[in-house]
Amino acid sequence: MRTIVQTLPGSASTDQSEIGRTFAGVGVSPGRIIGSILLMPQAVREPAVGESLTEGTSPEEASTALRTAAKAVQTNLTARSVGAFGAGREVLEATALMANDPMLVKAAIKLIINGASPERAIWDAAASVAEMLHNLGGYMAERATDVLDVRGRIVAELRGVPAPGIPYSDTPFILIAEDLAPADTATLDPAKVIALVTSSGGPQSHTAIIARALGLPAVVAAVGVTALANGTRIFVDGAAGTILVDPGADEVALATAWETSSAALAAFDGTGRLQDGHLVPLLSNVGGSKDAVKAAAAGAEGVGLLRTEFCFLERDTEPSIAEQVEAYRGVFDAFPGKKVVVRTLDAGADKPLPFLTDASEPNPALGVRGYRTDFTSPGVLERQLTAIAQAAEGTQAHVWVMAPMISTAEEAEHFASLCSAAGLATPGVMIEVPSAALTAASILEHVDFVSLGTNDLTQYAMAADRQLGPLAALNTPWQPAVLHLIRLTVNGSRDEGHDKPVGVCGEAAADPALAVVLVGLGVATLSMTARALSSVAAVLASVTLPEAQQLAKLALTAHSATDARRLVREQLPILNTLGL
Amino acid sequence: MSERTAVIASRVGLHARPAGIFVAAVGELPIEVTIAMAGEPVDDAMDASSILSIMSLGASNGDTVVLRAEGDGADEALDSLVKILETDLDAE
Repeated sequence: MRTIVQTLPGSASTDQSEIGRTFAGVGVSPGRIIGSILLMPQAVREPAVGESLTEGTSPEEASTALRTAAKAVQTNLTARSVGAFGAGREVLEATALMANDPMLVKAAIKLIINGASPERAIWDAAASVAEMLHNLGGYMAERATDVLDVRGRIVAELRGVPAPGIPYSDTPFILIAEDLAPADTATLDPAKVIALVTSSGGPQSHTAIIARALGLPAVVAAVGVTALANGTRIFVDGAAGTILVDPGADEVALATAWETSSAALAAFDGTGRLQDGHLVPLLSNVGGSKDAVKAAAAGAEGVGLLRTEFCFLERDTEPSIAEQVEAYRGVFDAFPGKKVVVRTLDAGADKPLPFLTDASEPNPALGVRGYRTDFTSPGVLERQLTAIAQAAEGTQAHVWVMAPMISTAEEAEHFASLCSAAGLATPGVMIEVPSAALTAASILEHVDFVSLGTNDLTQYAMAADRQLGPLAALNTPWQPAVLHLIRLTVNGSRDEGHDKPVGVCGEAAADPALAVVLVGLGVATLSMTARALSSVAAVLASVTLPEAQQLAKLALTAHSATDARRLVREQLPILNTLGL
Repeated sequence: MSERTAVIASRVGLHARPAGIFVAAVGELPIEVTIAMAGEPVDDAMDASSILSIMSLGASNGDTVVLRAEGDGADEALDSLVKILETDLDAE
């Protein structure tokens, strides 16, 4: 076994024994890039229970050390909040105040006077505060995490080790981590972080989603990368999923070529079509009016998925109809004359809402989430539909509405009746639950369109949690079983007989090779993050419809997801030319 | 001892962003200010410069709180704090 010598953080030398070493993971966002790495620091270790003051340290000295550390953490967080954006900024401002909070610091000093080490004192003091907030429930309970985050930072400061969270650097770097949580991604500065590599996580993890949204090359599930030393130079290929330590001239050439081709790829002319002229409208997934304006500028032919959670998240009460109307109208106004598909509130599982979902469910992915919150909190959905209808009045956008997490034709029928009562003319549903894919024909008797949410469809078809690294290989929409469910959905639409459109709005649509397969399976429209529009358009334009159908057959009959992906990619030489 | 009551105007109550704004304003004052729910004993009043204390107070929209302070300028200081609490800070 090879020994890995860990160099000190910040040093820029590459360990000789690591040169030429390669790592293989799952490529989740294309791009070829060379840079120096910075590791996400280890989580802060808990000080020993009962750890007391070291001999020769007086309680006064220890208290001063604690005050200094708390102040330093506050200063650091305040400084970082200035550079942060949106919700990330508010989180940082609030945690900065907590770091040097008089109640917290006084409680810790009391413990120091009783003989505890400053590390143990702040650990216990923060734990009591967090427990108190947790017991208050709702919004306060969520803030308990912030108190524990601050505690970790103060202990790291006292120990003189790097603060937990994304490292801070003046120069751009490749971030290496075990996995990234949503809270980490809020403070991720795309001007500093040029690529993401994680040892854990799957293709649908938060790391993968944020990487695609920011257009950063990324590889997940690359086992062993966290053993590399800070400052190591590596080459990352976000399409192939490979990493090479201390790259040579070949990789420099590949990275330079990527820079050129990605610049060329930057433009999408606004009409998605195959080589033979078959039209495939390319739409964008957006989460608010800012996104919508960006998507329109990138040439999106409409919005295939408007996530309405932005109106609701981080709130402890339901937003009023007037507030919702204003938020939705901002999106509609960005797409005059174009289609905007609004997805009703999708709370629950990884998107809990204190006033709507029950955080104590033992199995939230199979719990009351999406459309199902209408069973337990009736009224919220109807008010949202009223707001969407009001926002649609007087705009030129063609507003369609769909419900997430529909399992049966009965649910689709009920949703369609709610839409009709609200005055919304084009109801649809998402196909994320395998039962809905299997009964698409019955579902389409009640609604005008369906949209496949491939992330959840994959996790439910494969019974594999999206966030779990060890299940990454199961959790890919290239799984032939998932492709069969998509084919059955398209067949269902044919059987129903009115040519009702089947779209895809999951991450699968953003993978240019998979996009070809989806079109070959009969999917009518693709909706994706605006960043992916140009690469998907370029690859679609290189094939004819019969070719796409041939590739879809190849993928459906493959023995594994890996085989399906490889067989299809082999037939699409343009991917290699463009570095996708 | 100066004393003022204030009715919480923020729709989300006295936490999140409104609490942060209030605590920052208290922190700028040269005197110590306490806060309690109306009707609570003086001994249970909490340090108004602590965001964690303010959050654990759990004051909702429409609740009445009591602010207390001593020393030079206490009256003016409390008046300015009442004004902050009686504005819907979440709407701005």
